[in-house]
Amino acid sequence: MEKLVEVKNLKKWFLIGKSPLGKKELVKAVDGVSFYIEKKEILGLVGESGCGKTTCGKAILRIINPTAGEIFFNGQDISHLSRKEMLKFRKRMMIIYQDPFGSLDPRMSIGTTIAEPMEVHKIGSKKEQEERVIQIMEKVGLFPDQINRFPHEFSGGQRQRIGIARALATNPEFIVADECVSALDVSIQAQIINLLQNLQKEFGLTLLFVAHDLSVIKHICDRIAVMYLGKIVETAPKNDLFNHPKHPYTQALLSAIPIPDPKMRGKREILMGDVPSPINPPSGCRFHTRCPLVKQICKEEEPSLKSSNNIHYVACHLVN
Amino acid sequence: MDRKNNQLKETRTQELIRRLRYNKSATFGLIIVLILILCAIFANYLAPNNPSPSPPELFNALKPGFWSQKGIEGMPLGTDALGRCVLSRLLFGARVSLSAGFVAVGIAMILGITFGTVAGYYGGWIDAVIMRIVDIMFAFPALLLAIVIVTVLGQGLSKAMIAIGIVYTPQMARIIRSSVLYIKEMEYIEVQKAIGSSDRRIIFHHILPNSIAPVIVYGTLMLASAILDCAALGFLGLGAQPPTPEWGAMLSKSYSYIVSGAWWAATFPGLAILFSVLGLNLLGDGLRDILDPRLKI
Amino acid sequence: MMKTLLEIKNLKTHFFTHEGVVKAVDGVSLKVDRGKTLGIVGESGSGKSVTALSILRLIPQPPGKIIGGEIYFEGQDLLKLDNKEIRKIRGKKISMIFQEPMTSLDPVFTIGHEIIETIQLHQGLNKKEAREKALEILKIVGIPDVEKRIDSYPHELSGGMRQRVMIAMALSCHPTLLIADEPTTALDVTIQAQIIKLINDLKKRFHTSVILITHDLGVIAEMCDYVAVMYAGQVVEYAEVFTLFEKSLHPYTQGLSKSIPRLNKEVEKLQVIPGMVPNLLNLPPGCPFHPRCSYNFEKCRSENPELIEIEDSHLVKCHLFTEKR
Repeated sequence: MEKLVEVKNLKKWFLIGKSPLGKKELVKAVDGVSFYIEKKEILGLVGESGCGKTTCGKAILRIINPTAGEIFFNGQDISHLSRKEMLKFRKRMMIIYQDPFGSLDPRMSIGTTIAEPMEVHKIGSKKEQEERVIQIMEKVGLFPDQINRFPHEFSGGQRQRIGIARALATNPEFIVADECVSALDVSIQAQIINLLQNLQKEFGLTLLFVAHDLSVIKHICDRIAVMYLGKIVETAPKNDLFNHPKHPYTQALLSAIPIPDPKMRGKREILMGDVPSPINPPSGCRFHTRCPLVKQICKEEEPSLKSSNNIHYVACHLVN
Repeated sequence: MDRKNNQLKETRTQELIRRLRYNKSATFGLIIVLILILCAIFANYLAPNNPSPSPPELFNALKPGFWSQKGIEGMPLGTDALGRCVLSRLLFGARVSLSAGFVAVGIAMILGITFGTVAGYYGGWIDAVIMRIVDIMFAFPALLLAIVIVTVLGQGLSKAMIAIGIVYTPQMARIIRSSVLYIKEMEYIEVQKAIGSSDRRIIFHHILPNSIAPVIVYGTLMLASAILDCAALGFLGLGAQPPTPEWGAMLSKSYSYIVSGAWWAATFPGLAILFSVLGLNLLGDGLRDILDPRLKI
Repeated sequence: MMKTLLEIKNLKTHFFTHEGVVKAVDGVSLKVDRGKTLGIVGESGSGKSVTALSILRLIPQPPGKIIGGEIYFEGQDLLKLDNKEIRKIRGKKISMIFQEPMTSLDPVFTIGHEIIETIQLHQGLNKKEAREKALEILKIVGIPDVEKRIDSYPHELSGGMRQRVMIAMALSCHPTLLIADEPTTALDVTIQAQIIKLINDLKKRFHTSVILITHDLGVIAEMCDYVAVMYAGQVVEYAEVFTLFEKSLHPYTQGLSKSIPRLNKEVEKLQVIPGMVPNLLNLPPGCPFHPRCSYNFEKCRSENPELIEIEDSHLVKCHLFTEKR
């Protein structure tokens, strides 16, 4: 398969202040991440809060400018393009946000909101744009007669549909879905997941699905990358990862999810301690402070992502 | 079922009217302001007399109004030292004061929104430069600064309006800036970057429409102070020049007659200023509660 | 000692807003046995949190008001107590923990200060004794390095640690009932697992009853003995936890459990409950779930079913089952 998106050694550091001695304090939100997404593939990027998954998604779209590393879109390096040069890629890649309340302009009717990407990229006449808006609204399950309504008149689930419609307006190839179902009620969440699956098939979309919920990720994704403190610790096709997780963190993450079946109660290993601060990440393997299998080498040397079969990659001294 | 739910929700305007109705002081303020505006618009029809007849009818000077036997028919609020009808001058004065207020606040808004938005949106050194200038302007008492500007520009109502407009610009710029800083961080602005919108589009289509609530609130409150400051400049003889019927000037030309018993010529312009400022302040406070509870100070 | 610790009978809590009356809780009846955990599960607006707040009479008033029902706690109707009496029960016999521990901890006090104050208030100990007690309870909830941590401020702790502090505070006076309102929702999965285990362990240790409010069926399965499913201010199904997950009866419960993606099961498409959670200001006539229910028939549109007992402690509120009887 052809790669649509490829990221090489991507880094994003945020400057949060300077110590009195003039030493810079950095949050290394994303610290050397490499992965690829094939055409028409759904890649799940999973991790706990603060692991850098959202930053990573936004850096790929150049909403945030990466500190270092390369981003290839359809073979072209877009990591250093100017704002103007970037423009022609913008209509080919879009984002869907987590918060259905914050991501829609409260003073803009939903018709205008959905049409905006087309207007910015000057696609079609006013009339064609309106036709397209109605067409997409029907696709995502909104009623065309709601076109002149404002966001506050809609429920959370419907707003998320509006956000999806806007992301589809320019017929993009690649969409980053940033926690796009985690703010929704359970019954609505299922509706949106199904909608995304249908749309992905219908339009042949490539998706980067950023989430913290492994059950959702498992349901929707083809391949999964697990992040911990700014690094990818394991990446593998869905079934490989869920059936044979190799990294101790992935194993712990899988075991931590409460399963809706009381017979499975209590059958889990629980990871102790908290996620360390990304300002001062632990030396060596970043997971060593919580790892149940920690060895001396883990504290000293940082493991790199390696694979025995070129499919299932793990960054752990104990596996490689 | 989905649609039914939606139709139940009221539109923004309906909600606004309902909340305004609940707020008694705002309603009261709105009524005063509406009366004021109507007086200003229909002054020609409402005024019983010419506000500045020439030559002045001096034989009518300082006659009391309807409460006294000595009053003249057709001049219900009495006359001033030049024999002019106080009521008529008040009505025409509403026109002068209101338009002076609107023009001054308009100037402050245009300048303030421009500088505030640029400072808030772009940040960095532009922000630093603009905000330091604003800080410097804040170091002077407003009226004093206005007097300095009028002295430089020359006297007259239009110069007074410009001066007050300039003096109010820093306040407006600060309000807009803080509002822009807040809105800039919203996700719907970040989406614009993902879409590839230009700065111009982001500012005019998204940031400004969403910062308008505090502008309306503070604009209303500023209108009150602008009217007051305009009257003050008029009182000092730096604003409207005779024979323009301006409340501040009317007050200053008549207050010395209070001692001789002719209280009406000074009291009514004073009350007019008082009520219009009160009305605008009540309305402004009410609008703040209604439009943006976040801004409560 | 009575087996039942808390019994809610036909509780109605309504909110009187400008737009109309929001029937947030409309005729809820529940029971919690000593030492057991009752889970209340539902989506936003189902009334699960309002039910919990009503027990402690913490409903903001106005606009809210408990307009009917009884809440018997250890045989005493909480709704009949005066303010002073209910304050004695709050925090001492019934404690509550919330979703976001940061907002429920006062940022200007150290965590120790707050716990010590609670202990002093309810147990009448002096400061030194109370501090000893606080150290002990913080150790129990798994705070490392207690001697040092007791003097730290809430912002110096991580989310998981803050939730542990909240639990320590709630348990400091050995309450007989702990109400936990989405205690793990704001936490990461690995931390959530820690907190679930902690609450389960403490429950056994102190023989405390727990009311757990959540939207997550996984957390319910992990922690509860009995489950009440709420929809639009009413309990639609009540059952023992195994019964609920194996043979739930109400179409809403069934739909809910089929609409969540699972790790242990592979499905091509999730089953979906169509439509959305109804607006509480404008509930449909009859059964509030009927517009989203695929089984709905004539009677559902006109008549709201009663909650009836199908078998031993399995109650359902649905015409499908009233008909059969």
